[in-house]
Amino acid sequence: MTDLAQLVPYDEALSRYEPVIGIETHVELGTTTKMFCGCPTTFGLEPNSAVCPVCLGLPGSLPVANRAAIEYTIRIGLALNCSIATWCRFARKNYFYPDMPKDFQISQYDEPLCTDGWLDVVVGGRTVRVGIERVHLEEDTGKSLHMGGATGRIHGAEYSLVDYNRAGIPLVEVVTKPVAGTGALAPEAARAYVTELRDLLRALGVSDVRMEEGSLRSDVNVSLAPNGAAEWGTRTETKNVNSLRSVERAVRFEIERQAAVLDAGQKVVQETRHFHEDHGTTTAGRSKEEAQDYRYFPEPDLVPVAPDRDWVEQIRASLPELPAARRARLQAEWGLSGLEMTQLQNAGALDLIGATVGAGASAADARKWWMGELARHANVAGTDLAELPITPAEVARVSALVQAGTINDKLARQVLEGVLAGEGDPDAVVAARGLAIVSDDAALTEAVDAAIAANPDIAAKIRDGKTAAVGALVGAVMKATRGRADASRASALILDRLG
Amino acid sequence: MSITRDEVAHLARLSRLALTDAELDHFAGQLDQIIGAVARVQEVAAEGIPPMTHAVPVVNVLRDDVEVACLSPEQALSGAPAAEQSRFRVPRILTED
Amino acid sequence: MAARDAGAGSKLTRLTAAEIAAAVASGEVSAVEVTQAHLDRIVAVDSDVHAFLHVAGNAALAAAEDVDRKRAAGEPLGPLAGVPLALKDVMTTADMPTTCGSKILEGWRPPYDATVTRRLRDAGVVILGKTNMDEFAMGSSTENSAYGPSHNPWDLTRIPGGSSGGSSAAVAAYEAPLAIGTDTGGSIRQPASVCGIVGMKPTYGGSSRYGLVAFASSLDTPGPLARTVLDAALLHEVMSGHDPCDSTSVDAPVPPVVAAARQADVSGLRVGVVTEFSGGGSQTGVQARFTEAVELLESLGAKVVEVSCPHFTYALPAYYLIAPSECSSNLARFDAMRYGLRAGDDGTRSADEVMSLTREAGFGPEVKRRIMLGTYALSSGYYDAYYGKAQQVRTLITQDFEAAFEQVDVLVSPTTPTTAFPIGERVDDPMAMYLADLFTIPSDLAGNAAISVPCGLAPEDGLPVGLQIMAPALADDRAYRVGAAVESALEQRWGGPLLAKAKELREPSGGTQ
Repeated sequence: MTDLAQLVPYDEALSRYEPVIGIETHVELGTTTKMFCGCPTTFGLEPNSAVCPVCLGLPGSLPVANRAAIEYTIRIGLALNCSIATWCRFARKNYFYPDMPKDFQISQYDEPLCTDGWLDVVVGGRTVRVGIERVHLEEDTGKSLHMGGATGRIHGAEYSLVDYNRAGIPLVEVVTKPVAGTGALAPEAARAYVTELRDLLRALGVSDVRMEEGSLRSDVNVSLAPNGAAEWGTRTETKNVNSLRSVERAVRFEIERQAAVLDAGQKVVQETRHFHEDHGTTTAGRSKEEAQDYRYFPEPDLVPVAPDRDWVEQIRASLPELPAARRARLQAEWGLSGLEMTQLQNAGALDLIGATVGAGASAADARKWWMGELARHANVAGTDLAELPITPAEVARVSALVQAGTINDKLARQVLEGVLAGEGDPDAVVAARGLAIVSDDAALTEAVDAAIAANPDIAAKIRDGKTAAVGALVGAVMKATRGRADASRASALILDRLG
Repeated sequence: MSITRDEVAHLARLSRLALTDAELDHFAGQLDQIIGAVARVQEVAAEGIPPMTHAVPVVNVLRDDVEVACLSPEQALSGAPAAEQSRFRVPRILTED
Repeated sequence: MAARDAGAGSKLTRLTAAEIAAAVASGEVSAVEVTQAHLDRIVAVDSDVHAFLHVAGNAALAAAEDVDRKRAAGEPLGPLAGVPLALKDVMTTADMPTTCGSKILEGWRPPYDATVTRRLRDAGVVILGKTNMDEFAMGSSTENSAYGPSHNPWDLTRIPGGSSGGSSAAVAAYEAPLAIGTDTGGSIRQPASVCGIVGMKPTYGGSSRYGLVAFASSLDTPGPLARTVLDAALLHEVMSGHDPCDSTSVDAPVPPVVAAARQADVSGLRVGVVTEFSGGGSQTGVQARFTEAVELLESLGAKVVEVSCPHFTYALPAYYLIAPSECSSNLARFDAMRYGLRAGDDGTRSADEVMSLTREAGFGPEVKRRIMLGTYALSSGYYDAYYGKAQQVRTLITQDFEAAFEQVDVLVSPTTPTTAFPIGERVDDPMAMYLADLFTIPSDLAGNAAISVPCGLAPEDGLPVGLQIMAPALADDRAYRVGAAVESALEQRWGGPLLAKAKELREPSGGTQ
């Protein structure tokens, strides 16, 4: 499928060119009903069972704006440090497409609800302030299944089947200002921005932001200019970027591709490109004869939206703690360095550790287990930490069992293993596998005597006063008890016996 | 001349009208005349005059985020020229959106 | 059908809506009888008039039976219960086709009723059927209907006006005492004027547009047509009022139009004659009848002055930019994907091709012209000079009205420059056709209230002339008040309604009435 683009190796490209990136993100809002009608927004319903004359665009139907959608959009704008318009309108964006019930989309054009904000993103140890150009509100389209072709994609399809359940779901579009100066970190910066935005939206409770379900969709814009050039280059827009990893890969590929184009003395074509997951490449979209003229005009079926300042301040006051503030607070509470904090974030461990602390563990313990043993398990299984079949409460319980002396660290690892294997909660695993530390003197004495008898040389050393050798005998006791001996008690018993 | 035949052909394509050549000739002449006439609005001095929004100016007509009964899939598909698997069947789409 | 006394039935079709409502409420006559009489009348004359695209027949009788049942059970009836009505085929009806006069919606059955439709049904009004119209409300004669024109009952070789020509013809032909039309550039008032009946364009937003298939969203206004001002007022009250399904619907009580229609008094009222519309633009007989109507108002106690509304001369070009622009967008949805006509789908063509072939086959020439004109006016690079400018001119026109209404209480003009022209006369000359809207368009652009009432026959052709009375937005009652005063005085002068002067339509059986 790829057009075998020429590529310049990444580092080489960055040695001669400076990338500028921009990202447009569409967010499906988690309101109960659609943007302009009372149909439910639930995902996964039977096709065309959540539609009405309005979202089907039947002749005669009229839109009525959803107050909650506007509130959510203002919430997003405030969290992104935007100005909220005192007066704005919806506009029609006119184009023909079978998944568009009215063959125009109600959106916003030159009067968006929120403008001119920013979002700080940490990339490569430094903070990049990504400018936000605008946040506006529009409606989503229906969904098509492409039938008869080999791949299920549009190319080669014989016909399509359209479901309008998704049509009309409120969509917020967040558009960044161009981001310059990230240099070789451009791909990571793009990814970090989308990640941070996603986490922000989740914290605001305005969307379930599931990229795999399509409730968060990003297009990445990339342009290159020769080092020191006065103007920016021509940018391309890449769509179908369906995961965080794809965001990074798409930016990277475009940099390599555009560098090759420019090296060859050609111009980068301003176009929309399509990202291919399988190869990590982009290809040109089907060339259109003329650039789209959407013929925007103010939507006559809707009246202007003029959020009064009291309402805006009410919304501002109700904003939850945002991820950046939360991270700063946790970093201080947990006594971590910036780098350590970033590691936690990158591992996706922040929320898990927070919840584990919330369930009673210390921050240090929570961090140790999630970033150590559990991270290892996740790696082996090829999943994210969050996907492991163990809850923060269970991890907290394991930590508590260690604190109480019921088990030790080594045994704790076996307990975790058992929980992950589905054998039950930590206490059940301890009981079933018999992992409780043995501190009963009678049983220990037996093991101690056996160890002394099996290691007469070491016993002799201890009798001679080389108490350091106790460790070896304790080791033997541990081995004999399959790690369940209370080590310090065993040590005391040995010294007692031989002392 | 306010508008050329080629421009009219372009408008027809934009608005998805497969006009015949005869129609194109016919409409080009008529549209040229009409556009010439409506262009009179440009004679009006309108510096600083806001464009009209609505007759009775009103803002913030909003609805509560509460579910209302939908159509059944049968009702939704009742006018469909073609349907399959409870979806609207449409001819092959060439361009990615 | 059982043999009926043609005389009794025919008398019922001559009654006003108010009279029918009273007779049904008192039990003097049944709603079924009334409906049957009108259905019979339709059968008798509609092959000549062609007002109807669909006649409800049994559904109408069932609705009438329902009214009779309620009456017998002592349940309260609304002020128009049992009164038959003709509904313009631009309003959705779940139990009848809705074609908008277009091939592209031939046979389409909407899965929902328009709000206006529902309010009529809830009020016990009996919908006799759907009336003919210019395709998607674009036109002034019904000649743009894909199903053939309607014919003016005054002279069947002439147009009944448009786009609500079917509704207007139905009322003028006694096929229904009431009708619903929609007015975007004059499409209620102009047909009423050329058919010699009453037609009212309420304040924009006064009646719900939910279920009104959109032509120009910021202009479309549903309204009543009837043979008397009082009848129109009664229908106005039943059909109007705030609708939460329509964001542009006025959230205020319906103005007291029925009371105003009964008041019919203009003493002390200040009446303004629009200077720009009093020049030589009208047919001689139209100008003459208009002048007499103004003199009449003076004799009834009104104070008449001339008022200049300088931007009104730009109303026509502004309208023919704004309306096509909005319609080019509103009609995009007719793309063969979800409902309506699908043409050219041979299994190999693309969606775009099928859309284009369908719209080519399904839309008539006027619709195509306006779609292209609108697409042009909204195009990047042209927007500011055309659509943008037109919306500014619209503000200036609204300001002209506001200034005028500080000097006067109502403005008057002829409703339309000519009487009913012959079918075929303007069909090939769009610009000539557009001129029919010259006087009505300003009120559509500003959104204020305007009524047309008959004010006589033009001497040169014996055809009806309409007087247009314009009132400020939300002051619909004022228009009715003046209209009723004019109607009352003129009917005294004429010895009866103007419509009585029309030749009887030939009925195949039962002789003349």
